[in-house]
Amino acid sequence: MTYKENAEKFIETYGLSIGDKIQVNKEDITYTGILLDRPEDADDGYLVLKLSSGYNIGVAIENTAAELIEKGEKPKIGFGKSEIPADPKKQNISIVSTGGTVSSVIDYRTGAVHPAFTASDLVKANPELLDYANYNVKALYNILSEDMKPEYWVKAAREIANDISNGSDGVVIAHGTDTMHYTAAALSFMLKTPVPIILTGAQRSSDRPSSDANINLIDSVVAAKSDIAEVCVCMHGSLNDKYTYLHKGTKVRKMHTSRRDTFRSINAQPIAKIENKKININPDYAYTKRGVNGLELNANIEEKVGFIKSFPGISSDYIEYHIDNGYKGLVVEGTGLGHVPNDLIDSFKRARDENIPVIMTSQCLYGRVNMNVYSTGRNIIDSGVISGVDMTPETTYVKLCWALGQSDSYNEVKEIMHEDIAGEFSEKSSIKDFLN
Amino acid sequence: MDYEKLGLKMGLEIHQQLNSEHKLFCPCKTELVDDDFDGIVQRKLRPTQSELGEIDRAALQESLRGLNFKYENFAKHTCLVENDDEPPHSLNEEALDICITIACLMNMHIVDEFHTMRKQVIDGSNTGGFQRTGMVATDGYLETPYGKVVIESLGLEEDAARRIETKDGFTEFRLDRLGIPLAEVTTDPSMHHPDQVREVAYMLGQILRSTNVKRGLGTIRQDLNISIAEGARVEIKGVQDLDLMAEIVNREIQRQLVLIDIKKELVARNAEVLDEIHDLDELFKDTESKILKSAETIKAVVLKGYDGLIGREVQPGRRFGSEIASYAKKRGVSGIFHSDELPAYGITQEEVDNVTDYLNIGEDDAFIIVAHDEDIAISALEEVKRRASLGLDGVVEETRKALEDGNTEYMRPLPTANRMYLETDIPLFKITADRIEPISNNLPELPDVKQARIIKEYNLSEDLATQLVKRQEADMFEAIIADVSIDATPVASLLAYDLREIKREGHDITALGLDHFKEIFTLLAEGKIAKDSVRKLAIETIKAPESDVAEIAEINNLTMLSEDDVVKIISEIVAKNEGMVKERQMGAMGPLMGMCMKQLKGKADGGMVNKTVRSEIQKLI
Repeated sequence: MTYKENAEKFIETYGLSIGDKIQVNKEDITYTGILLDRPEDADDGYLVLKLSSGYNIGVAIENTAAELIEKGEKPKIGFGKSEIPADPKKQNISIVSTGGTVSSVIDYRTGAVHPAFTASDLVKANPELLDYANYNVKALYNILSEDMKPEYWVKAAREIANDISNGSDGVVIAHGTDTMHYTAAALSFMLKTPVPIILTGAQRSSDRPSSDANINLIDSVVAAKSDIAEVCVCMHGSLNDKYTYLHKGTKVRKMHTSRRDTFRSINAQPIAKIENKKININPDYAYTKRGVNGLELNANIEEKVGFIKSFPGISSDYIEYHIDNGYKGLVVEGTGLGHVPNDLIDSFKRARDENIPVIMTSQCLYGRVNMNVYSTGRNIIDSGVISGVDMTPETTYVKLCWALGQSDSYNEVKEIMHEDIAGEFSEKSSIKDFLN
Repeated sequence: MDYEKLGLKMGLEIHQQLNSEHKLFCPCKTELVDDDFDGIVQRKLRPTQSELGEIDRAALQESLRGLNFKYENFAKHTCLVENDDEPPHSLNEEALDICITIACLMNMHIVDEFHTMRKQVIDGSNTGGFQRTGMVATDGYLETPYGKVVIESLGLEEDAARRIETKDGFTEFRLDRLGIPLAEVTTDPSMHHPDQVREVAYMLGQILRSTNVKRGLGTIRQDLNISIAEGARVEIKGVQDLDLMAEIVNREIQRQLVLIDIKKELVARNAEVLDEIHDLDELFKDTESKILKSAETIKAVVLKGYDGLIGREVQPGRRFGSEIASYAKKRGVSGIFHSDELPAYGITQEEVDNVTDYLNIGEDDAFIIVAHDEDIAISALEEVKRRASLGLDGVVEETRKALEDGNTEYMRPLPTANRMYLETDIPLFKITADRIEPISNNLPELPDVKQARIIKEYNLSEDLATQLVKRQEADMFEAIIADVSIDATPVASLLAYDLREIKREGHDITALGLDHFKEIFTLLAEGKIAKDSVRKLAIETIKAPESDVAEIAEINNLTMLSEDDVVKIISEIVAKNEGMVKERQMGAMGPLMGMCMKQLKGKADGGMVNKTVRSEIQKLI
């Protein structure tokens, strides 16, 4: 219960609990309704009542008395356990839930939204999924996307590897959208996979009829059954509920705070378009086919990696802080082609001397880093800074965590950073790859 | 009809658009748009499942129709919020304050804290699949000539998107109306006479109009809740014309009475709807009926004991069969054929006999045929079976749509309370005494009070006062009169009548502000223009609102002539007609007066012209 102090005392005094039908008497008005929980961030001093019309109202407890009319049941959350039937003719798809908008559920009686929605609830809320595959479902953790940490990438990679070695023909991961592209990149580096691994989510929560969750989930299952044995993100391709795009896990980024088509391939085209449950693969795309790679898990990572954005007026303290505090590597989001103010270059030299790799990316997001054009860039290269080429800053950050998990030698890390591990680079900048 | 004996109970629900500058949860304007739209998004809606396993009846019903939606959007007039591509912004406090005003006028208790709820509506009229709504106040009352009526609740909610058309499996909406704030006023179901409902609806409308609300077609919508003792509660949506209210009530009573009668007859006959759906394709393979020929499949169900009852009239021109058909139509068919109306529609008596034989039905039994694609036909017949079975219960609780002739048509089941849950994207909003007091201390005068007062205070005719109040020009009238010492009637008459005509002639009357009116009537009060020139001057002022009104009068030749000039002009006219004066003597007064007025109209006072003409004639005789 999230009632605090005065309200909590009030409820205790009258022997009430959440879900009870109560009557609240004020000086000139009486309300009857079900006592509901109060949102955690709302302040003290009010009760929440659901009237018989279905409306909620807040009632100030000052000069108010209450009485119990009828004890209520504790609201039950979740769909209850039941077996999901298996059909030997269908492929086996694993669904792993990690929390986020895609996996939330509403308690209609109290009106509270619970993120405690499991992967099996997901199948039950979207029963048409059963037409397409058999499912092995599990809730790995239930966290908001912003609370994601590198250690969770490791846990997810291990779980997925486990599922694949147990015969899973494809994996769908339900994930919060805010940091989905980080997790997608992390899984791309940690896993060589013989089957598709598809991350998906929702921009509009699944407790609303207009949620994009249903189409994203179904299309993810279509992708997970496909021939594309890569880590991908599957999300709405436009504002319409019409098709989704499959983006390469290392080339994708969340580009809008709220639109359904927020995920975009950066410096790349989507691998495929999925419409009416049919997958159309981009013919220009050389993807890894199902079964070509054996399963390999390499989940060693270094978590102590810094991530800095350059800006007019940035001081070298930002770099010095990371060196002084034991960071093992640093990703810089430079301006334009990959620049920072000249004042920072001495700190980069210090990092190089202390064996701390610094990778330069661009806050333009689109285009590639090229530090040869201006003298500042050349000075930055001379200070030992490594180019992030055309990777997004986020993919670069994740890759550096992974590279530092493989080696602590500056030279080896530099080599790994410039080796194409999971399709994170493209040699060519295509005229089509901007704002698409 | 003896309404008391029937146990007639009625309540009203009134939706009134508020005239706030912005929408309820986004910064878009609260105006409808008739420009070409800039884009369309395609969406599907899906009922959400509560963990208690209860899907709301009404929501489920709509979802089964499997409709897809298109939304017309505008780069300038709508935003991502209406598109359901951005979370709602904060509650519009201007709209809330208008509701607080309404609550005070209706003696209501305002809630301590406003909670925005989501009310599931998946007919596509809301892009999110729910309407945002909240309770502002409860437990008020209104004194009426029929006694006290309890105002149960006042809600503040978003208006829905405008339905444009349905075709090719898509229903298309325009997003301009979505999100305009609406006040929803609900009375308790304590009204017992159609005249009373009409009066209360009128009074509520008058109260709403004394606050800052939208005016004009479609800005106020009345719904009627109605039941009789043996019947069931029915909600009739969209009663536009108050004068039609009594007719709608009477026809609904008639419908409920007939349905109760049909129920009794069905029970007596031990009637039953058979489950099986029969395939009649073979039977009709050589049919001449165009409708049947063009359908992919023809299917039928048997209603045992329903013969003759499906054709019973429930409302003028509507049969029990129409009730069943309206359920089937929700599944995409355009209609049904029932045995009480056959042979017809190109279906012959022989074919009817064949069906009767094939289905092996008795004299008391009926059948219903649907012709369409396989899926739709089956789904429609499932609805036919469901509605026909409900005939055994008598009247069904449902939401119906008011038709123009006073009849009603089925829309959807009544919504239940479990389609409401908290809108988690909007913080709870406290309504403190600090907010309410300045509003409750400055309430607008109610229309009837205002009307009575201005009649007395300014000595206006009742008609003029009524029009001023009705057209919301009373405040302008009083502001003008306060500053210009002039007879009230010409001022009232310009505002009450002429303005409307000027508008009809295509002039933008909103260009006229208080200062313009004050200048116009000052000119009149000072005798610089004639009464007859006021209307013309108002029009010319609209054309040049930035210019000085006295100059406009001058340029347009509307100013009065000096007395000397008038005498000069008249004496010239009289001199020219000296022959006639000599001949007719004072009898020349009429024709001469006409000639003078023709030249001096609007430039001299009529009385003065009369006096001058008379004296000029007298000079000659």
